[in-house]
Amino acid sequence: MVQYNFKRITVVPNGKDFIDIILSRTQRQTPTVVHKGYAISRIRQFYMRKVKYTQQNFHEKLSTIIEEFPRLDEIHPFYGDLLHVLYNKDHYKLALGQINTARNLIGKIAKDYVKLLKYADSLYRCKSLKVAALGRMCTVIKRVGPSLAYLEQIRQHMARLPSIDPNTRTILICGYPNVGKSSFINKITRADVDVQPYAFTTKSLFVGHTDYKYLRYQVIDTPGILDRPFEDRNIIEMCSITALAHLRAAVLFFLDISGSCGYSIAQQAALFHSIKSLFMNKPLIIVCNKTDLQPLDGISEDDKKLVMEMKAEAMKTVIGQGGEPTSDEGVLLTMSTLTEEGVISVKNVACERLLDQRVELKMKSKKINDCLNRFHVAMPKPRDQKERPPCIPQAVLEAKAKEAAEKEKRKLERDLENDNGGAGVYSASLRKHYILTNDEWKEDIMPEILDGHNVYDFVDPDIIQRLEELEQEEGLRQEQGADDDFEMDDKELTPEEQEALAEIRKKKNLLIQQHRIKKSTAESRSTVPRKFDKDRKFTSKRMGRQLSGLGLDPTMAINRARSRSRGRKRERSLDQGDNAGDGAMDVDGDQPNKKLRMRSTSRSRSRSRPPGEVVPGEGFRDSAQKVKALKLAKKSVKKRNKDARRGEADRVIPTLRPKHLFSGKRSIGKTDRR
Amino acid sequence: MRLEKCWFCSSTIYPGHGIQFVRNDAKIFRFCRSKCHKNFKMKRNPRKVKWTKAYRRLHGKDMTQDSTFEFERKRNRPERYDRNITENTLKAIKKIDKVRVDREARHHAKRMKGKKAKEQREAAKELEQSIHMVKAPVALQQEPSLTLPKIKVKVSQQQAEENRMEE
Repeated sequence: MVQYNFKRITVVPNGKDFIDIILSRTQRQTPTVVHKGYAISRIRQFYMRKVKYTQQNFHEKLSTIIEEFPRLDEIHPFYGDLLHVLYNKDHYKLALGQINTARNLIGKIAKDYVKLLKYADSLYRCKSLKVAALGRMCTVIKRVGPSLAYLEQIRQHMARLPSIDPNTRTILICGYPNVGKSSFINKITRADVDVQPYAFTTKSLFVGHTDYKYLRYQVIDTPGILDRPFEDRNIIEMCSITALAHLRAAVLFFLDISGSCGYSIAQQAALFHSIKSLFMNKPLIIVCNKTDLQPLDGISEDDKKLVMEMKAEAMKTVIGQGGEPTSDEGVLLTMSTLTEEGVISVKNVACERLLDQRVELKMKSKKINDCLNRFHVAMPKPRDQKERPPCIPQAVLEAKAKEAAEKEKRKLERDLENDNGGAGVYSASLRKHYILTNDEWKEDIMPEILDGHNVYDFVDPDIIQRLEELEQEEGLRQEQGADDDFEMDDKELTPEEQEALAEIRKKKNLLIQQHRIKKSTAESRSTVPRKFDKDRKFTSKRMGRQLSGLGLDPTMAINRARSRSRGRKRERSLDQGDNAGDGAMDVDGDQPNKKLRMRSTSRSRSRSRPPGEVVPGEGFRDSAQKVKALKLAKKSVKKRNKDARRGEADRVIPTLRPKHLFSGKRSIGKTDRR
Repeated sequence: MRLEKCWFCSSTIYPGHGIQFVRNDAKIFRFCRSKCHKNFKMKRNPRKVKWTKAYRRLHGKDMTQDSTFEFERKRNRPERYDRNITENTLKAIKKIDKVRVDREARHHAKRMKGKKAKEQREAAKELEQSIHMVKAPVALQQEPSLTLPKIKVKVSQQQAEENRMEE
């Protein structure tokens, strides 16, 4: 409703701003590019569009202003009067009128120039026409600028007016300045009105809301009124007068009986009488405030008489209504906002009287009859005088009481922890609530592992019994088993036989080993004639040893071997070196060999050789080759470590913090990780 | 804390040792050391690998069925603690162990029963057949006892003198 939504009025822009807004919008929202090479109709269209667009925007904005500002005739007279009081009706109307004319003027300008544009024959002419049109429109707005400013001011002020609903239940507070009206409203509502010792602290109307009998009441605080002729009153006073005049409310006339506001009771009474015409048809209550400073009974006789006169006036208003003579308390009340005594009762009385009045009025109107037919309140009649309270079983009540008591008494685990040193010190015993056959066992530590077995796997209630059975079984078996454990050892070998057997086995093993070596090296072994036998396996001495080891007499065999190898010449001369034996077992030829001689001479020398030395029987070219071969052989036997286990090289870190890793900047990237 | 059995070699895995492998079908394989683990990864069948308990049991080297094994059974339901039962259990474990060890020894003895006789027979046979390697039959004829002959090298005087001269 227009009445209350003064806050929803759109902002009225400044004259200059207005022009800027509209022009920039025109520039943005219409096409901007035109060349003189275009068709003339296109150029005309371009510029006409601009002019029209500008005019439309102006029209829109001005229309919104005109429509949103309330028309003083169409709103509630209270607001109308209030706005008149504040802003002067005439000025307001004038301003709006000017805006309206501006709108019409702009419309006319646009129309004219569009007509002219229709007949423009060049780009330049179109452009200048457009410039002229826009220029004239902007001038109009510039002229209207002050009105716009004035309307903006009004709008801002209107938005801050208190939202008073003229039709609802209202309580109006009036009286001289400084009598305690604002304190009263602070007490009964949540309004926070300034209360100060100087007069005219409240300069405008303030609204608060209070509740009574589930209904909302508006409480309006007015600025103080002075006793002056009507024409001399200033705007502030006029506000309160307006409120008094137009709002259908209960009126609380405040009286300061202590006189601390600076005005005597006589002056206040005079004021009362001058404005009592405004109290027509309104429930009036006279409130004597500041009784903590001066009780009502303590005032002088004259003042009392004045007060009684006022009361009489007030009574008239009461009697004028329902025809019921109410008691004095309904009309004249005392209170003190400082000590808060009587405040609530004042409110209650005011609300009550207002409610009564409103109800009366409603009842008298015609519409009420339609409503009355529609509702009906049902009141079940009591069947008998028996009282029937709700039924709660005793057990439930007891249980509830007990639970409450227990909750307070029970000691929590957390409390226990706190008592015993806190979270880090105390460790809760989790076994406290274990259910065992014997409570002594609660803190028992049971072994989980014994001799490589899990104890839990063996736990069994009747393990004893089973164990006994097992042992019995074992006992039986042992007896049985004792018999057939003896074995006959009649075929035991004698020590001699054992020795012989050992010897046999040794020899056999040796043969097998040698054969294996021979087999494995067969491919890589050089076949060397027996005369180059380096291991000296084929000597007659050896033969002799072997034969005598077998128990045979070797002499004949040796002699035969020698005779065959030596040759006849050797028998003659003893000085020639003998070559018997060395590789000569199979020599059939009788010719002595130079090589043999050489071999025989070297036979007497020691037989141990350095490992790198090449013996002619081996098949190496030179000692370097032999050394390399030995090396390779050793290497090939070494097993490769595929376990990736830590080896010797992995144990030592030569430098723990090498400088190149722990210092220096990086060419790219960050150095927050090292 | 539980002592587990190695899946490959069936030895006990103590806490802090070995590796547990969980397969995609949620079967858990526990290994006591990397040897077993690596064998498993090679997809070797423990029943064919000689040193595992599985092999030994399969091939009858170790005792398979015995009442002492019945005592050790994994129970999934926990029993309420009872001190007496626990005491008895602990004592019983030791006795059961002893019994089991005795029985295993007996099993082993039974297995090895005919060995001595067999060995002796073999030894005798070998002696008879291969005596020629240590004592020539000629020498055996002359001296029927089995004392081994000493090694003698008869070198003629001439030879010895020549050798000495050369040296």
